[in-house]
Amino acid sequence: MARKVSQNRKALVTVAAWAVGIAIFFPILWTVILSFKSEGDAIKTPFEVLSANWTLESYSTVQERSNYLRHFWNSVVLSVGSTLLGLLIAVPAAWAMAFVPGKRTKDVLMWMLSTKMLPPVGVLVPLYLIFRDFGLLDTRIGLVIVLTLINLPIIVWMLYTYFREIPGEILEAARMDGATLRAEILYVLTPMAVPGIASTLLLNIILAWNEAFWTLNLTAAKAAPLTAFIASYSSPEGLFYAKLSAASTMAIAPILIMGWFSQKQLVRGLTFGAVK
Amino acid sequence: MGRITLDKVRKAFGEVEVIPPLDLTIDDGEFVVFVGPSGCGKSTLLRLIAGLEDITSGQIRIDREDATDVPPAKRGLAMVFQSYALYPHMSVRKNIAFPLKMAGMDPTEIDKRVNEAASVLNLAQYLDRRPGQLSGGQRQRVAIGRAIVREPKAFLFDEPLSNLDAALRVNMRLEISELHQTLKTTMIYVTHDQVEAMTMADKIVVLHAGRIEQVGSPLELYRTPRNRFVAGFIGSPKMNFVEGAEAAKYDAHSIGIRPEHVDMSRESGVWQGRVGVSEHLGSDTFSHVHVDGIGTINVRTSGEVDVRHGDTVWLTPTAANIHRFDKEGLAIR
Amino acid sequence: MATKHSRAAARLMISPAVLLLLGWMIVPLAMTLYFSFQRYNLLMPGMEEFTGFTNYRFFLTDPAFFAALLHTLQLVLGVLVITIVGGVLLALLLDQPFWGQGIVRILVIAPFFVMPTVSALVWKNMFLNPVNGLFAHIAKFFGLQPYDFLAQAPLASIIGIVSWQWLPFATLILLTALQSLDQEQLEAAEMDGAGPMSRFTYIMLPHLARAITVVILIQTIFLLSVFAEILVTTNGGPGTASTNLTYLIYVQSLLQFDVGGGSAGGVVAIILANIVAIFLMRMIGKNLES
Repeated sequence: MARKVSQNRKALVTVAAWAVGIAIFFPILWTVILSFKSEGDAIKTPFEVLSANWTLESYSTVQERSNYLRHFWNSVVLSVGSTLLGLLIAVPAAWAMAFVPGKRTKDVLMWMLSTKMLPPVGVLVPLYLIFRDFGLLDTRIGLVIVLTLINLPIIVWMLYTYFREIPGEILEAARMDGATLRAEILYVLTPMAVPGIASTLLLNIILAWNEAFWTLNLTAAKAAPLTAFIASYSSPEGLFYAKLSAASTMAIAPILIMGWFSQKQLVRGLTFGAVK
Repeated sequence: MGRITLDKVRKAFGEVEVIPPLDLTIDDGEFVVFVGPSGCGKSTLLRLIAGLEDITSGQIRIDREDATDVPPAKRGLAMVFQSYALYPHMSVRKNIAFPLKMAGMDPTEIDKRVNEAASVLNLAQYLDRRPGQLSGGQRQRVAIGRAIVREPKAFLFDEPLSNLDAALRVNMRLEISELHQTLKTTMIYVTHDQVEAMTMADKIVVLHAGRIEQVGSPLELYRTPRNRFVAGFIGSPKMNFVEGAEAAKYDAHSIGIRPEHVDMSRESGVWQGRVGVSEHLGSDTFSHVHVDGIGTINVRTSGEVDVRHGDTVWLTPTAANIHRFDKEGLAIR
Repeated sequence: MATKHSRAAARLMISPAVLLLLGWMIVPLAMTLYFSFQRYNLLMPGMEEFTGFTNYRFFLTDPAFFAALLHTLQLVLGVLVITIVGGVLLALLLDQPFWGQGIVRILVIAPFFVMPTVSALVWKNMFLNPVNGLFAHIAKFFGLQPYDFLAQAPLASIIGIVSWQWLPFATLILLTALQSLDQEQLEAAEMDGAGPMSRFTYIMLPHLARAITVVILIQTIFLLSVFAEILVTTNGGPGTASTNLTYLIYVQSLLQFDVGGGSAGGVVAIILANIVAIFLMRMIGKNLES
C-alpha cells in the first residue's frame, strides 16, 4: 500500500537522504578521487585537489614498487578458496540438519555458532605456535584453513536457513525416483538452492576478503593478502596519499561491487536468520 | 508384479505408537485405498511402505521379498505426492525422465518412454515448460507421468487430489481409475475423502488411530460396516445414529440408519418430527428432521418432494437397512 | 522423514564439519589454557615451567589491563550508541519515499564492505592527519588550529572510525526490520489518532526492539575484537591510551613473546566474550524455535 505523500515532503526527504548518503560515502569517494591525482597534488587543499590534473601514475607505481598484483591474487585465493572449501564441508552438513533433523540438531547448530564467538585473540598464541611448528606461517594454505574454519559456522547456518525453505517432499520424490544420496544432493537440492548458495558464497568471500586479524598476524610478505599489504602503509615514508588511495581503491572495488549485489541477502546472513 | 504384504508392522515415534501392530495384504493389480480422518496414520502407513520411514518392528514384503530394510530408491515403487513434489528447476521432460536417468537408462529409450507417457497424459505440448508454468491439473499429470515411466511394481498416491478444485478433482479421479484399468498395476491411494475411496477402490482399508477398522470392497463396507466408526465414515451424508430407548427396541446399544434408508411421509410413520433445514440439491433433498426423544435425523428424499422449515412429517426407517451396534460399537449381526 | 539409512547418512555428512570445528575449538583452547599456567617466553626457550596462577596475577594486576578493559568497554559502548542511534534515525529517513532510494541505499551500506585496514588508514591519513588531512585543511580554511585527532583523542578517533564501518550494518538491519512493519498497523494507529511521535514510540520502536537487540549482540562480538584499526592507526598509543584487550594480548604474545602472559590474557578475553555470547545465543536460539 503506497501512502499518499506530498511532493514537497518527498523533495525534502530526497535532499536529506542524498546528503546523508553522500556524507557517509564521502571517505570512499575521496579516496577514489585522490587515487587519480599525483602525490604532489594529493596533499593539497580540497579545492586544489579537485582542480589538479587527473593521472593514472599512482596505479602503475603501486604495482611496480610493491608487486600489488601478487597481494591481490593472494586475497582472491584466500577468500575464494576458503569459501569454496567451506561450502564443500557445509553443504552436506546443512543438508543433514535441514532434512534429517534429530533431537540434537539445534544444539549442534548453536554450538557451531558459539565457536564463532570465541575471540580470536584468545587462541592467537597457540595458533601462532602451531603455524610456526608446521611451517604454515606466511603460507596461503595455512590461511585458507583458518579462514575456512572461522567462516564455516556462518556458511552452515546460512545454507541451513535456505535449505529449510525447500520442501522435504521434493527430496523424498527424488529418493522414490531411485536417486542415490549423491544424486539427490547434486541434481535436486543444489540446483534448487542455487540462489541461497550464491548469496552464501558472496557473503563469505566478502567476510574472508576483509578478515584482518589472522591475515595480519599469520602472514609476512609472501602470502599477505590486501588487508596486510595495505597495513604496511601505516608507517609511511615520503609522499604516499595517492599511492595509498590507488592501492585502497583496487582493494575495495571488487568487494564493494559484490557487496552491492548481495545486499538483500546480507541481513539474513549476518544475523543468522534472526532478521529477514 | 506387485504384491505387498505387511506383517505385524508397527510404528512408534519415540514413546508414541502411531501404528499398532498391523497385518495387511495387497494383491497384485489391486487398487487399494487407505481412508480415514486426518491423523489416523494413513499417510504414515504409506510412507512406511514407500520406505521413507523405518518401521519400528514387523516386516514388509514386496513380491515375497523382505523389503523392510531396503531403501526407498531400491523398492521399485513410485509415489505421487500431495504437493506433487515436481523438481522446479527442471522442464517437464526432465522431470518425467528423472527416474529413468537415475536408473541409468539409455537416452534414446528415455526419450521414447517420456514421449509415450506424455501422449497418454496429454502433456506432449508442455514438455519443455517448467512446472511453475503449469496449472494444478497439469502438474498433477506430470507427477503421474514421472511415476508411470519407470513401470514400478506399485504406485503410491498420497492425497494427490487434495490441492485441486472440485471439478478438476472429479476429472482426475476418473483419469486415475482409467489409468489403473490400462496399466493393471497395484495402486495404493491415501485419502481422507470417502467419496474418492468409494469411487476408485477395489479394496478400501479404513484406518482409525493407526488401527485398521475394516478392510473390504466399497459395497461391503457400505452394506455391512463392522462397527460404528466405519458405518459413520463410509457413506455420504453420514449415517444417523440413535441411542437409548429407541435402540433398545432393536436389542442394541445404538442403531444406525442411512439418510437414504428412511422414508418420509406427511401422513403416517414410526417417528414423528419437525423439519429443520432442508438442503435442496435438485436431484435429491436432504432434510434435517428433529424427532423428540431421538434427535435430529437426516433424510434423503427425491428432489420433487416439497418440504419446508417447520413442517411436521413422519419418518420410517426401512427395517432391512437398520444397523445395530453393541456397547463397544461393534455391529451385531 | 527419517529412516535408519538417512540418519546414518546424516551423521556421516555432518561429521566433517563437526570434527573440524571441534578440533578448531578444543586444540587451541586447551593449549591456551595450558600455556596460561606456564612460564613460557619465546625469547627464553627451554625455561618453561609450571607457575600456577602467576600469569593471571600479573595480567590482572597490570595497570595496562584495567586501562585496556576500560578502553574495550568505551570502544564497544561508544560504537554501539553511535551506530544504533544513527542507525535508527537513518533507517527512519531511508524508509520514507524519495527519489533515488536504491542509489542512496548503496551509498550508505558501502563502508561496511571496506576492509578494516583500508578504512583505518584512509581516515588516519586523508582525514585526521593534522597537516594534510581534510579536517586540517578545513580548520585552516576557517583560520583554526588543526586538531591532532590521533594524538589528542586516540580512542575517540578510533570509535569514530569503527562507527563509520558499522553504521551501515545497523542501518541496513534496522531498515529491513522497519520495512517488515505492517503498514496497516501504522494506518490503524493513525486512525486511532496517534501522531508521528506516538507512532514511533508505541509502534515502530517496539517493532524494532528485536532487531536492535540483534544489532547490539552481533556488533558486540565483533567490537570486542577490534584489532586492525588500532594496529594501523595508533599502535595502541600514545602510551596505552588506545589499547584494548585484544591489542594488549597481541602485544604481550607476539611483540613481547610472553606466551604464558598472553595466554592468560586470552583466557580472560574468552571468559568476557562468553558472557556476551550467552545472551546472543539465547536470542538466536529463541528465534530458531519460532
